[in-house]
Amino acid sequence: MCVTCGCGDSAGVRVRLPGVPGDGHQHSHEHPHDQLHDHSHEQDPSHGHDHPHTGEPRSQPIPAATRTIDIEQELLAKNDSLAEHNRGWLAEHGITAINLMSSPGSGKTSLLERTIREAGGKRTVCVIEGDQETLFDAERIRATGAAVIQVNTGAGCHLDADMLRRGIEALAPPDGSLLLVENVGNLVCPALFDLGESAKVVVISVTEGADKPLKYPHMFAAADLIVINKIDLLPYVDFDLDRCRRDARSLRPDVDIVSLSVKSGVGIDSWYEWIGLK
Amino acid sequence: MHELSITQSVIDVVTERTGGDRVAIVRLQIGKLSGIVPDSVRFCFELIAADTPLAGAVLEIDEPLGRAHCKGCGEDFELRDLILLCPCGSADVVVMAGTELAVKSVEVV
Repeated sequence: MCVTCGCGDSAGVRVRLPGVPGDGHQHSHEHPHDQLHDHSHEQDPSHGHDHPHTGEPRSQPIPAATRTIDIEQELLAKNDSLAEHNRGWLAEHGITAINLMSSPGSGKTSLLERTIREAGGKRTVCVIEGDQETLFDAERIRATGAAVIQVNTGAGCHLDADMLRRGIEALAPPDGSLLLVENVGNLVCPALFDLGESAKVVVISVTEGADKPLKYPHMFAAADLIVINKIDLLPYVDFDLDRCRRDARSLRPDVDIVSLSVKSGVGIDSWYEWIGLK
Repeated sequence: MHELSITQSVIDVVTERTGGDRVAIVRLQIGKLSGIVPDSVRFCFELIAADTPLAGAVLEIDEPLGRAHCKGCGEDFELRDLILLCPCGSADVVVMAGTELAVKSVEVV
């Protein structure tokens, strides 16, 4: 939902190329059903801002005679079917997509930068960056030389399958490449939305505290791999590595876990091995 | 606030079936382990159902409890959170219920 005018789902999502000038946000909206069609609602008086939002009871009396309609539909069905479509397309083109999720500041972008610079020669690496606003992360990735697209979700707190589809459409990753998708920094919402990725990776840094897996169980239960980052800071923080691993495995017994420091490089080979760049 | 997009799906799913008919009651199933907070859905619903045929509709939310089956001891047990542990000590368990997230039915006028 767009915070400016309140129009529907996915409105306000922008797919952007870093380094392209003149992308001022002029309150334009892209609607996925119309591909990349944009239109503007500037000062449109018919757009319904005059309804009351608060202060009066909303529920109306229920009439005596109503008709029951069975719906029986999963609420994530639409996203899941779009995700399956993405999965099929990626498989057809030999592209491995990895969905990286974490809280803000855990080091996802730094991990991607180092990965591309150090191991990007093994396989073409492309990146889709998700953030509510700014091109900051896409600019950092672009500086490594990798192809990158920024998806700005506006008010949205996660990427969904349709946003990934639009990102892929704009990025056009080559066949056989490794597509690294950096989700919006958030340990709650992205867990629920299948993008059609090959694997989900959750990054946690030791400065966040070892209690995060049990505090955010949906996220850690969804992870195929957990990357514990910033272990060079272990001497300075109270982070119980064993507890973190144990708690994560209580949510998903077969989860893979690697501990590393993007900054110092210690342990990073296990990450390269896991994503097939070694 | 992923409840916002989930609630938008409620409205999309319902209006796809009911068109412009006024909807008086929406029956949802939101399992205890689904990761969705029913109160947040109610809050979002009031905001985004305005100006739709669902405006003012009552939300009836069924919240199935989490249940799991233990492959170790063969028993079914209530799962209060996502920690996959049977009272017998085994972690070899399968979630059977509690992750539901669906529109079941509506009452139209």
